Amino acid sequence: MQNDGTPNGNGDKSRASEDVDLQARLQRLGKRLDEVRDTGQEQRRASQTSGGDPSAMGKAFRLSTEFVAGIIAGCGLGWAVDSFTGSKPWGLIVGMMLGFGAGVWNVMRASGFLRPPQ
Amino acid sequence: MADPIHQFQLKNIATLGHLGNQEIVFTQSSLFMLVAVGVITLFMLAGTAGRGLVPGRLQSMVELSYEFVANTVRSSAGNEGMRFFPFVFSLFMFVLILNLAGLIPYSFTVTSHIIITAALALLVIGVVVVYGVMKHGTHFFGLFVPGGVPPVMLAILVPIEIISFISRPISLSVRLFANMLAGHIALKIFAGFIGSLLAAGAWGIISPLPLALTVALTALEVLVAVLQAYVFATLTSIYLNDALHPGH
Repeated sequence: MQNDGTPNGNGDKSRASEDVDLQARLQRLGKRLDEVRDTGQEQRRASQTSGGDPSAMGKAFRLSTEFVAGIIAGCGLGWAVDSFTGSKPWGLIVGMMLGFGAGVWNVMRASGFLRPPQ
Repeated sequence: MADPIHQFQLKNIATLGHLGNQEIVFTQSSLFMLVAVGVITLFMLAGTAGRGLVPGRLQSMVELSYEFVANTVRSSAGNEGMRFFPFVFSLFMFVLILNLAGLIPYSFTVTSHIIITAALALLVIGVVVVYGVMKHGTHFFGLFVPGGVPPVMLAILVPIEIISFISRPISLSVRLFANMLAGHIALKIFAGFIGSLLAAGAWGIISPLPLALTVALTALEVLVAVLQAYVFATLTSIYLNDALHPGH
């Protein structure tokens, strides 16, 4: 009986210390998870303003396509208006100018000058 | 020197039929797309089959890709945007696998054809417009009216906003297509220099230079392949955010 009691007592003790250990580890893990989550959110905020391209080359490519796409869309829209209404040169001229504006607008938005609409 | 454009030529594998005068052809491009879908399906099915609490290698990769895209969608379109997660995830994996498959020697780069990227971009913009109009009705077109602007300026700003919106599928498709096309042409040209230099007698001494550059460019191309898939997914979720919250 006595022999049976002692190992049990030891077992309880070591289990209790294990519980404390586990609690401490859980708390540490929770703290680290919070840190990771915080840095993730900061990075997210940073990437939202810069468009999320890490490399300068990628950024240059992104901005130039944004600008060119604006002009192409403007010219295309102006040309389409011309061919439908027969206002031959004016639709293309106005469309190209508005396209330039839209291209600059796109670039400003992509480079984070303008806050993206929330 | 080898023709750097030759690698983008479509090859007829099987003719499926005719639509009017137009031949419907199963090309190696179609084959690569089918293979990519198969690879993605196998990857996801095999990775999620174990459902281990402690993930193995394959399951870790699947979970990583899920987490990565989920974070992208959440950061750009908010928690509400997660309803589009399957859409964005499919697009991301499709573009990523096609980009990476194009880097294998003798393979074909599907995303270097603008018709493919334009179809994907139009799909994205179509989803934005259809969902935006379905959810918000005419209020969706408030997207084109920037807030806090004097009414006189609206006469110029509204057309600019509309053109800016139309330019989105163009920039989305051109960026992906141009990156892949330019990268593969540069790679092919520099690799072609090696052979030309070796064939030019004494000039063969400097042939290790383009060889080293080709190795470096290959590494860069891997980066570009992954980056462009990521950019495509990010911009998709930014545009979807407009469909969810069109008001400024």
